[in-house]
Amino acid sequence: MDFSLIAMQLFSGIALGAILVMAALGLSIIFGMLGVVNFSHGAMFMVGAYAGLWVASLTGSFWWGLFVAPIAIGMFGMAVEFLLIRPLYGRSVDDPLLLTFGLGYVLVEAVRIVFGSDGIPFPTPSQLRGVVNLGIGYFPIYRLFVVGVVGAILLALWLLLGKTKFGLIVRAGARDPQIMRVLGVDIGKVWLLVFGLGVGLTALGGVLAAPMRTVNPEMGSLVLAEAFVVTVIGGMGSLVGSVVAGLLVGIAVSMTALIAPEMAQIVMFALMALVLLIRPQGLFGKSGVQA
Amino acid sequence: MTDMKHTAFFPLSRRAALKGLGAGASLLAMPWIVRAQTSDVIKIGFPMPLTGPFAAEAKDQVKSAQLAVQQINDKGGVVGRKVELLVRDDKLNAGEAATRALELIENDKVNAIVGALSSAIQLATNEVTRARGMLYISISQSDSINEVKDFSKYTFHEALNPTMTTAAVAKHTFKMGARVAYLCADYAYGHEMLRGFKRAGDAIGAVTVGEILHPIGAPDYSTFIPRISAMSPDILCICNFGRDQANSIKQAVDFGLKDRMKIVVPVILHNQRLAVGPDVFEGVIGGSNYYWGMEDTVPSAKVFNDAFRATHGGATPTDYGAYGYTGVMSLLLAMQAAGGTVTDKMVASLEGLKYDVAKGPQYYRKCDHQSVQSVLVLESKKKAEMKSDLDFFKILATEPASESVLRSCAELGLPT
Repeated sequence: MDFSLIAMQLFSGIALGAILVMAALGLSIIFGMLGVVNFSHGAMFMVGAYAGLWVASLTGSFWWGLFVAPIAIGMFGMAVEFLLIRPLYGRSVDDPLLLTFGLGYVLVEAVRIVFGSDGIPFPTPSQLRGVVNLGIGYFPIYRLFVVGVVGAILLALWLLLGKTKFGLIVRAGARDPQIMRVLGVDIGKVWLLVFGLGVGLTALGGVLAAPMRTVNPEMGSLVLAEAFVVTVIGGMGSLVGSVVAGLLVGIAVSMTALIAPEMAQIVMFALMALVLLIRPQGLFGKSGVQA
Repeated sequence: MTDMKHTAFFPLSRRAALKGLGAGASLLAMPWIVRAQTSDVIKIGFPMPLTGPFAAEAKDQVKSAQLAVQQINDKGGVVGRKVELLVRDDKLNAGEAATRALELIENDKVNAIVGALSSAIQLATNEVTRARGMLYISISQSDSINEVKDFSKYTFHEALNPTMTTAAVAKHTFKMGARVAYLCADYAYGHEMLRGFKRAGDAIGAVTVGEILHPIGAPDYSTFIPRISAMSPDILCICNFGRDQANSIKQAVDFGLKDRMKIVVPVILHNQRLAVGPDVFEGVIGGSNYYWGMEDTVPSAKVFNDAFRATHGGATPTDYGAYGYTGVMSLLLAMQAAGGTVTDKMVASLEGLKYDVAKGPQYYRKCDHQSVQSVLVLESKKKAEMKSDLDFFKILATEPASESVLRSCAELGLPT
C-alpha cells in the first residue's frame, strides 16, 4: 500500500465526513435547542431532495433548486412545529418523538404517491462535472463543492449562534426557557425559527446529496441512522460534537473500506457502541444533561 | 350494508345502533362465507420486496404476474377454476420472507408460491416451502438454489442463474490477459456473480487484479474508489443489484473511472438505467433475461409487450418484470397440463414443460429444475443514438438457450 493511496483514502474519508456532518446538522440543532428528537429527519432530507429536483426541473437550473428548496422546506418545517409539535411541549419527550416518527412515514408515502417509487435522475450541474487531479488521485469537482458548502454553512452557523443577539437568546433558551420568558423573550417564536432552520439545513443536505445518489423515496432511511450515529458520538445537542464526530465517522468508514471493505457500514455503529460504553454522553456532550 | 353506510356517521338512536351492529357483525363474518363459497379458486402466493432498494424491480414483477393471471382468467381460468394472485411484501428481509411464506401456506392455503426478489431472500423462502412440500418458483438470480444443499424437488428456478449470466457477459467483454477488478455486494448475489465471472474469466485467460466486497444497500461508494483506481484494471465488474447498481455506477462515473476502464455488470437493469439517465450508463455492458427491444426478432416478446402495454396504459415491460410473467405463466401452463393443483402432478408437468411466452423457447432441466433459456448481452446506448425514450440498450448478442452454459447436474451434486 503506497502513500498516495492512504492519503487519497484519508481525503475521501474527510469528504464523506463533511457529507455526514451536513446530514446530521439539522437533527443536532433541533435536539440541542428544543430537546425534540426529530424522527422525520430522514424524510425531510428526502423531501428536500425532491423539492430541489422539482424546482430545478421547473427553472432548468440546479442553483435555484439549491436555493429555493431548503427555504421552502424550512417553512414547511415551521408549519410542522407550529401546528403539530407545539401542542406537545411540556409533555413527555416521547410524544414529539412518536409524532415525528409517524410524520416521516406520511412524508415517504406522500412522495411515493406524487413521484412514484422509482428513482429519478438528478444530473450533476454542468459547471461542477468532471474530476480534478489532487496530485494523489482524481476527485470529483462536485464533491469538493459540497465540502466547501458545508464549511461555509458551519462558519455561518458559528457566527449566527455565537456572535449575534439571536444566537445568545437561542443558547440561553436552550438552557432555561423559564428565565427567558420571565425576561420578556417570546421563546415560542425562537423555537419556531430554530426548528425551521434545522429542517431547512436538512433539506439542503438532501439537495446537495441528490446529484451523488439517485433520488428515491427511501433515500432518507439510512440518512436518519447515520445522523443519529454522528449525533450520539458527538454528544446529543453539541454542534461542535457533530462536526468532529461526522469527520471521525467519515475517516473511520474510509479507512475500514481500505482494509476490510465489507465492514465499512458496520464500523460506524461499532464506533457508536464504543463511545457509548466509554463516554455515554458522547464526545462533547455534558454529562447529566436531561433531554 | 347500505343501512350501515348511512347510519354510521350520524348520531344514532338505540335501534339504529343495534341495526348497525348487526350489519357490522355480518360484514365481519363475510370473509368466511366468501372463503367457504370459493374454495375452488386457485391461489398463488407472490411475496416480493415491495419496499426497500429493490422496490422498483419488485413492482414490475407484480404487474407482469398480474397480467399472466388476468390472461388465464379471461380464458376461463385453469381447468375452469379462477386464479388469484396474493401479493405480499417481504421487505427484503429473510425473517419477513419466511413469515410471509408461512402465512401464505398456513393461513391463505395457497396452491403454489412464486416470487422473492433477492438471491438471499429466495433461499429463506425456499427453506419454508421445501419443509412443507409446497411448490415454489423462484424468479430471481441464484446459483445455490439448484445445488444439492438447497435443492428441493418442489422448487423450480425460472430466472437466469449467475453461472449462465456471467458466462455470456464475460464471453463478450473479457479478453485474454485483460485485467479485471471486482466491486461486489457482500451477500449471495455478489458472491455468486463474482464466482461466475472468475470461472468464466479463468477460461478466457483474464487476470483478476482485486476484489472488493461492499455492504448491501450502501449509499456511498467514494471510499472504495481509491483502491479500485490503484488496481488500474482494464475492466471493472460491478456486481450488485437495484439502487446499489445505480449509486455505484453513478459514483464510479463521477470519479472518472469510466474514462480509464470499461464498466461491466452481470445484469444491466432497466429501472436503474431509467433512474440515473443515459450519460452515466453510456457504454456500460451487462447481461439480461429480457429487453423489450427483442420484439423485433422474437414473436412471443411482441405479443407479451403488446398485452402489457394494453393493460398498463402503454407502459413497457422491464427485464425483471418479465420474470413475473414467465414465472407465473410457466406455473399456470403446468397446472393446466396437470389438470389441477396436486403438487406432485404439477412438478411432473413442469419437468416436462416446453414454453415460449415472452422470450423464445424455454424449458426446465429435469435434474436441477433450472429454466434453460437465452441470455442477452446489452450495451447502454449513447443519448444521441436513442430512437425513443425507452430505447436504452443495444443487443450485442443473444446467447441461445443451451444446457452447455450451465454447470452439469453431477457438478451440482445432483443425480442426473
